[in-house]
Amino acid sequence: MSLHLTATVADRDVDVSFDVADGCTVALLGPNGSGKSTVLSVVAGILRPDAGRATLDGATLFDLAGGTWTPPHQRGTGLLAQDALLFPHLDVLDNVAFGPRSTGASRARARDTAMTWLRQVDAADLADRRPSALSGGQAQRVAIARALAAEPRLMLLDEPMAALDVTVVPAMRQTLRRVLDGRTAVIVTHDVLDALLLADHVVVMDGGRIVEQGATRDILARPRSTFAAGIAGLNLVRGRAEGSGVRTPGGLLVAGMPDDETVHEGVTAVGVFSPAAVSVHLERPGGSPRNVYAATVRELEPRGSQVRVRTDELAADVTVPVVAELGLAPGVEVFLAVKASEVAIYSA
Amino acid sequence: MRSIVVSAASILLLATTTACGTSDDNGSDDAATSSAPQDTSITVFAAASLKSSFTELGSAFEKANPGVTVTFNFAGSSDLVAQIQQGAPADVFASADTTNMDKATADDLVAGSPTDVATNTLEIATPPGNPAGVDSIDDLADPDVKVVLCAPEVPCGAAAAGVEKAAGISISPVSEEQSVTDVLGKVVSGEADAGLVYVTDVKAAGDKVRGVTFPESSRVVNTYPIAALTGSKHPDVAKAFADFVAGDQGQAVLAAAGFGAP
Amino acid sequence: MASARTSGLPRWVLVPAAAGALFIVLPLVALASRVQWGSFWSLVTSDSSREALLLSLRTSGTATVLCVVLGVPMALVLARTSFRGQALIRSLVLLPLVLPPVVGGIALLYTFGRQGLLGETIDVLGLQIAFSTTAVVIAQTFVSLPFLVVSLEGTLRTAGQRYEVVASTLGARPTTVLRRVTLPLVLPGLAAGAVLSFARALGEFGATITFAGSLEGVTRTLPLEIYLQRETDPDAAVALSLVLVVVAVLVIGLVRGRSNAL
Repeated sequence: MSLHLTATVADRDVDVSFDVADGCTVALLGPNGSGKSTVLSVVAGILRPDAGRATLDGATLFDLAGGTWTPPHQRGTGLLAQDALLFPHLDVLDNVAFGPRSTGASRARARDTAMTWLRQVDAADLADRRPSALSGGQAQRVAIARALAAEPRLMLLDEPMAALDVTVVPAMRQTLRRVLDGRTAVIVTHDVLDALLLADHVVVMDGGRIVEQGATRDILARPRSTFAAGIAGLNLVRGRAEGSGVRTPGGLLVAGMPDDETVHEGVTAVGVFSPAAVSVHLERPGGSPRNVYAATVRELEPRGSQVRVRTDELAADVTVPVVAELGLAPGVEVFLAVKASEVAIYSA
Repeated sequence: MRSIVVSAASILLLATTTACGTSDDNGSDDAATSSAPQDTSITVFAAASLKSSFTELGSAFEKANPGVTVTFNFAGSSDLVAQIQQGAPADVFASADTTNMDKATADDLVAGSPTDVATNTLEIATPPGNPAGVDSIDDLADPDVKVVLCAPEVPCGAAAAGVEKAAGISISPVSEEQSVTDVLGKVVSGEADAGLVYVTDVKAAGDKVRGVTFPESSRVVNTYPIAALTGSKHPDVAKAFADFVAGDQGQAVLAAAGFGAP
Repeated sequence: MASARTSGLPRWVLVPAAAGALFIVLPLVALASRVQWGSFWSLVTSDSSREALLLSLRTSGTATVLCVVLGVPMALVLARTSFRGQALIRSLVLLPLVLPPVVGGIALLYTFGRQGLLGETIDVLGLQIAFSTTAVVIAQTFVSLPFLVVSLEGTLRTAGQRYEVVASTLGARPTTVLRRVTLPLVLPGLAAGAVLSFARALGEFGATITFAGSLEGVTRTLPLEIYLQRETDPDAAVALSLVLVVVAVLVIGLVRGRSNAL
């Protein structure tokens, strides 16, 4: 059950093409407004693209050149949104039984199926409740059971945990990991943990285009887009390969260690390094670091025993005593230094 | 719902006018008008069927009496008498029947005694082509002819009942309308094959309807009395207008509209 | 006063607000005060009153069913689709809300009347609409349909399409979505719209008297009966008016009860 998608939605400036292999989960990453939800709507059949074609397991979902359009109810694409959207007039059991009932199962059979799926998501004890009597996490569990009970060939998840209380997110993530295992699915998310734990592949979108895609571990270890680097918690500078470094469009040279045979002089390349490798100084440091940049502190963000110091371009992780000693605060002028040996250079 | 609101609102209005009408402060106003007779205004409450004739007579009266303004309130006679009873500011009342004038007289609202100024009789009105071929009053008893009458509760309906009795027939109307105007409307629009309306209505409708006269109509004659009212602030002018309608000029205008002599 | 302060309203607002409330309540009190309680029961249960009330309930009930049958699809199309000229269609559909009912009656006359647009077609089908109970139902449906459409379209828009989208991704065909999701979700709005339509149909006067006529047991509904009774028996008119007021109060109570339950 593999998905092949090519679609253009002109008025939202979205133009994408990607595949989801059978049994794989793809995480769709990208900043707000990059078109991720639009892509899900197109696959689900809620939004008609201006051009494109999509097949699911050989069956055509739409082919606008050929004039084919399969309505949502015949696509076999289950949709799980931020809100559970349980039908308020039905109890939990009948909500989950809705899919089987709609596809022709008898009431008793549909309820049997529903009960099975409720057990799968540890929500069997909620069967008699009204949706209004559920917590957000409970409702989302029921919504998962409802989507799965319809036996979708493809699951579409649109930030399914974004509206949940942070305390229930880990348990929900475990549930999703269990039920998505072996299923073909696309999940829109902002969370690196979702990508790592739920997805085999990652597609990164920005401004309606795909900027990067590949196996999750590769993308997070060696991001080539600013967004992927941000979600992986890494600093990324982009430019052209020059010597053993990268020259940014602003003229800055970032020296590093090319770890790729393909980094030839002049190709588009990125320099990637961890914030932990960046040190912060009030005076320009002497000595070994070749990469020293003047910057202004914009934001301080506590992270356990560390504090992440954000400037306009780069981030640095320092300890709390260092922050106190240097008197770091938004607006303070500092110098950031990173050793060339800590900077990975590869083509993008 | 609308009719409730409307009737409720009119009751409210009547209640306030009652409060004004019963207050006994006519004296000072009288003095003012007698010292300035030039600016006199009277209000005439007249039956709807008198509308065109009285509008003409009002202008003539104003011309003959410079400084006098005549305003009219045309409606069904029973509505008018109800309004007068509730204290509406009327100087003259012209009714389409004696029954409603008697109500006003009984309540001591009439100054002096009413004068009969006109009579009216019924006539059959049919659409211009007369599709049902109605030639006589007897044809109205034919169940295939769609006849519209006034409801017996209103004067033109009472007159129609009288005609039925005089002709010795029984009409099964398809509708009993609220007013003679409604009957005429159903005939003009062609919904009904025939209706019983006043001679003056047929005349006023021109070629929109065809009139069919019948001898039995003379057996039921509606008399139109006019009277000045006790509530008038200008009793002299009110009486003058009533006399004017009863006089030669008034009678000529009424006759031209199809009314009979009293 | 205390609650007005905490709500941040200037105190003077209470004066016109109280006057407005009084303006609505006072006429109803005045109406009730005029009821002859001794004869009330015999007045509202007289043959003609009972006939009128039963006819009103029957025709209003039928009109409400028609409103649901025609209005639900109309509201669905207006709320869930978009097409060229939709705004114009919506305005036209709402027109009977603001149109004087008598204008509606005239328009219906020229549509369904014998000389009307569809008159010949109806004749060929062997149907008689003029002066029939069917005409009453048509007039009532015409004026009350917008109430159902407006109220249901609003509910549909408020409810949004998110549940319908979810239902379709669960494999439900459009008809199943409508039956099992859309309609159950808007049921309170539909019920409120139906009750409002019923109330409007029950009070319908102008279009009925213009289009359907007035005949006891056939076309003379309660509002027409009230209007006619005013001519001869004001006490009966007042008593029947109170009956309609009570029905209206019950209807409003029903709608409010429903919306509070939401």
